[in-house]
Parts: sequence; C-alpha cells; structure tokens
Amino acid sequence: MTTQPQHAGTTPLVEMRDICISFGGVHAVDHVSIDVMPGEVVGLLGHNGAGKSTLIKILSGAYRADSGEILVEGQPVQINSPRDARRYNIETIYQTLALADNLDAASNLFLGRELTNWLGFVDDDAMEAETRKIMARLNPNFKKIKEPVSALSGGQRQSVAIARAVYFNAKILIMDEPTAALGVHETQMVAELIQELKKQGLGIILISHDTREMLALCDRVSVMKNGQLVATERVEDVTEDDILSMIIMGKKPEKAA
Amino acid sequence: MTDVSSSSSSSKVKTLRGFKALELDTRLLGMIGAFLVICIAFNVLTDGRFLTPRNIFNLTIQTVSVAIMATGMVFVIVTRHIDLAVGALLATCSAFMAMLQVRYLPDMFGLGLGHPLTPWITIAAGIAVGTAIGAFQGWLVGYLTIPAFIVTLGGLLVWRNVAWYQTSGQTIGPLDPTFMKFGGINGTLGATWSWIFGGLAVLWVVWLLWSARRAKLSHGFPVKPVWAEITMGGIMAAGILGFIATLNAYDIPKGRLRRVFAARGEDLPDGFSAAYGLPISVLLLIAVAVAMTLIATRTRLGRYIFATGGNPDAAELSGINTRLLTVKVFALMGALCAISAVVASARLTNHSNDIGTLDELRVIAAAVIGGTALSGGIGTIYGAILGALIMQSLQSGMAMVGVDAPLQNIVVGTVLVAAVLIDTIYRKRTGGK
Repeated sequence: MTTQPQHAGTTPLVEMRDICISFGGVHAVDHVSIDVMPGEVVGLLGHNGAGKSTLIKILSGAYRADSGEILVEGQPVQINSPRDARRYNIETIYQTLALADNLDAASNLFLGRELTNWLGFVDDDAMEAETRKIMARLNPNFKKIKEPVSALSGGQRQSVAIARAVYFNAKILIMDEPTAALGVHETQMVAELIQELKKQGLGIILISHDTREMLALCDRVSVMKNGQLVATERVEDVTEDDILSMIIMGKKPEKAA
Repeated sequence: MTDVSSSSSSSKVKTLRGFKALELDTRLLGMIGAFLVICIAFNVLTDGRFLTPRNIFNLTIQTVSVAIMATGMVFVIVTRHIDLAVGALLATCSAFMAMLQVRYLPDMFGLGLGHPLTPWITIAAGIAVGTAIGAFQGWLVGYLTIPAFIVTLGGLLVWRNVAWYQTSGQTIGPLDPTFMKFGGINGTLGATWSWIFGGLAVLWVVWLLWSARRAKLSHGFPVKPVWAEITMGGIMAAGILGFIATLNAYDIPKGRLRRVFAARGEDLPDGFSAAYGLPISVLLLIAVAVAMTLIATRTRLGRYIFATGGNPDAAELSGINTRLLTVKVFALMGALCAISAVVASARLTNHSNDIGTLDELRVIAAAVIGGTALSGGIGTIYGAILGALIMQSLQSGMAMVGVDAPLQNIVVGTVLVAAVLIDTIYRKRTGGK
C-alpha cells in the first residue's frame, strides 16, 4: 500500500485508449480510456448497463472494439479472440463464472489448454495433480476435485475460476464481480487473494457494485455512466459519497483537496 | 459418486473399502440389468430360442449399423444439436458406393468386376463423401447458425432423394465379394481367429487396468484395492471370452459348407464342422467404439465437445472455436454414416432404395436410451451401443414371440419415453451427473 505506482516514468501494464463499440446504434462504450500499472488494482464502477462489462469483454477478446487502441506494456496489440487475450497473459474471471458445469474442476481449470502426454492424449491424472496443488494453495478446503462443478458451492466455483487465472501466470487479471455470489468468509478470501496477487505485480481490473469494497481493495477507481467514462480517481482523493454521486449523477466531485 | 476426498492430504494413499471399492458406474449397471431382463424374459417367452448362439449372432450383426451411427450421434447431441439426416445420409453413401463398385469403377475406370482394389477404393470414396456431406451440414449449423434440427430435417429429404436419383430407384447389386465381408454373416473370423482376438482383447483390458492404476499411484491418488481390480478384470475377461465362445458355438450350416467345398472342387469331409465366430462387422463396431471412446475421453476434441455441450459460452470464452467444432462433429457423424452404409448394404448384399429408412429415429433413440441428455453435455459411447443393443433385442424379441408389427412399434416408442423418464429421475436423485 505504501509504494504507490508512479504514472510518470513507468509504462502501464495495459492501456485501453479511446475505445468505442456500439450495438445496433447504441454506444455501449463511448471513447473510454483506462490503464492499469503493475501491482495496481483499478476498480470499474457504474450502474448496470453503464458499459463496464462490455469494456472488459473487449480486453478479454470476447468482443471487438469498433475503434480505439489496446497497448500491452506499451506495445499496440490486436485482441480478436479470447485466445489472443490469453497469449498476452490477460485472464478474465467472468460474472457468470464461465465454467462448464458438466466437467470436473481439473477439466475446467485447463479448458482450452489441456496438458497432454507424448501421444497427444489428454493427461487427466497430471491435470488432477496440478489442480490439487494449486487448490491446496488457494482454497485448502477444496476437496471435490473429481466432481462436476455443478455440484460445487458458489465459493468453490469461484476458486476454480480464480485458480485458472492464477495457474496460467496472468499478468493482467480482470475480475467481473468476483464476490457477487459469495458468502462473507469467501469474500474475505477473495480480498486476501487480490492483495496477494497485487504484491506479485499483477495488474487487476475489478468490477463491483459494492462501493465500500472497491474503496478498500482498489488503488484507483474509474466510474462509467451510459457508456462514457465519468472520471478516474485515486481512492484516497475521494469519499464514498463522491463516488456515489459520480455513479448516479455522472458528475465529478468538487475537488477539495 | 464415491467420495474420494483424501483427508490425510495424500501423504498416505487411501484405499476404498467394501462394495464401493469396485467404483461401479450405477448407470451402466442399470442398463446392463435392463438388457439382461429383456433377454431372459424373451428367452422364457420363446422357450429358449432367444438366447441361442444363432440368435445372439444375428442380434449382434443386426445391431452394428445403428450402433456405429449412435456413437456419432452421442457427440452431436452432447453439443446440443441433433441429426435427423443420418438414415438418409446412409442411403446416399450406400447408393454412391454401390454405383461406384458395380457401375463406375468397372465401366469408366476399367477395373473388372472383383478387382482387388474395388472394395477399398469404394469404401475410401464412400467415407470421403459421407464426411464431406456431414461437414457441409455442420458448416450450415456452425457458421451460418441455422438450427441443426432444420438443416438435418432438410437433409433428411435431400439425401434420401439424392440416393434415389443416383440409382434411379433401382436395387444395385450384387456387390463386390470382399465388400460384402463387412456385412456380417458373409465375413466372419472363424473359431481360431476369434479366440485369438478374444485373448488379445483380454490382455488389452488387463493392461488398461494395470496402467491406469500405475498412473494413479504415481500421482499419489487413491486407488481401488487389488481384489477389486482383479474382480473387475475377471468380470470383463469372462464377458469377452463368453461372447467369443457363444459366437463360436454357432456352426455354419452343412449346406453352406458343402457349397464352399464344392466351389473349391472338393467334397465335404464327414463330420467336418466350422463355426462362424466373430463377424468382421462386429470387429468394425468394436474398433469404432474404441476410437470414439478415446476421442471422447482422451483427446482435446472430446473435451471441447463436452465443454461446449455443458456451457457453450464458457467454451467460447476459453478460446475454443465452437463453430469449427460443430463442423468437426457433423463431419465425424457423416463418416460414421458412411461406415454404417458399408455394413448395412453389405449385409443385404445389395443397395436397395429404402436402405436406412427410419434409422435416424433408431439412432437417436439408441443414444438417448444409452443416457445421452438432449440438454447437452452428457453422454457415453458405451451407453449408446448398449442402447442400440437394447432396442434391437426388443424389436427382434417381439418379432420372435409373434407380437403384431403395430404393437412392436408401440412398445419401442413407449420404452424410449420410459427410459428417458427413468434417466431423468435418476439424475435428480443423484444430484445430476
């Protein structure tokens, strides 16, 4: 917390510049720019339909922007598919969790990146062993490695989704409402994990409706309304009320400090 | 089903105890149970004619064509699609292959009737045609996003009549003698080779069990106790050898043998007898089943098929090209239709215009009775084959008992619905799997 990232001098881990996308005439994202420094958590706030999820889906490759630029570590990149995003170590944990319910935790963790043996066949045992290892670190209570994830609780499913991002050495982690479906204890666990990943130098983009939680977890917050960026502020410069007025009224708070 | 959570965090390899140690698949047990009940009931009703080597032989060769297609239908249904055109596609492939070996190759390419290359060129070309048509339908579904129901409903009409158009509705035959060996009764291994095959199959099963156990141990996972492994291996070995023994017990009729010897200019020696043994078509089904099971459980393609069926969005976001996957699944289905066409036309020794009629319903029913969920994501290859076997047993059993044709179909239809109902209840009870 003491070493704040300096904007001048260092390159952002990822930078989205002037991003626009519209669906059937509706400007879902309208000239929005955000950036994330290494070891920084940037919060994305706004009403439902403000364009937060759409914006991060452009970064994770689910949508293609109509215009604008994405830079990873200062280099302009093309992200046209989830596969591209993964190649730049951008990992996403979706609101809807994006797990295949009928498969077990190991299959979900490695989905799209299965470990194979020398014959090219999927090596289930190796994947199970790796899953056990990472789960022992992230969520030691997690035992249902072999059961379909439909049999898991919200928190357990979330740990599978997080494990997937962590296992593949994400540099940039996008979390879309990671605590929405979780209980108190599990929410605390995710908060601790975010601090841990931050220390390792990951850049994290966090989406949540919980303003208080965002102020606790984030270094900066960006507020969106009707597809446009209202403002990006350092959390120590704003109060909860300031943020609420930005979300609701779409206005920057009066700068006092 | 069984709880394999190792509380001692894998410092000590834990083993399971009691009946649970067998780690039996209760669904598979249920289906085998249903199959045995059907067999025994018909055996009683027919005064022991149902479970004779001869009838079991016939039952297996009648099941092959539908069973081969049912394995492909599992993948189609698992990815939340349907294929109503398999029977028609079988007819198109069959017509094409029949015309190729009887007309085109001899007339246009100058390969004489019975040329050794004829059957192999025919089969390769037939599979190519089936795969191409399947891929085309998959492209319509995956890339042009027309619902599979519509694409294949159209395909049902189109391919059925493409078959008709190719042959002008005529029955094409007789087919190449080597080609006909894939039909069943015309091509069997004989007793000795059947035993050799059975022995190899037993060795293979033992090796599979042993290597799976070794892999588990090397990662420190819990394993079954040794007695459970031996019991499972013993049951499977007994099943394989029992099946071979049954088929070997069906002797080739004297009249047929006499003709075989006469063709070689010899007389049938007194007291000579020979068994049919394992039909080549069944061998083909076994090969298809093994290959499809490998694809389903051990390849990325299979993993993606099941992931897409479970949650298409998750699959897409995981970087899986679900459109191309749809093309692959339908192309595979098309290839299997062509292989089925080889078996079906070879069994009839000719191509007839109505070949494969209503097969789409039998194939879908076999997959569904075998536990494939129409909601996607769930299904097994062995289940579909067992489903095909159950359907065929019901059908031929009722025919042997002398049930009227309309009643037969009423029963089969009812069984289909009841099987899905039981499966639904079972899934709810066990919390979905």
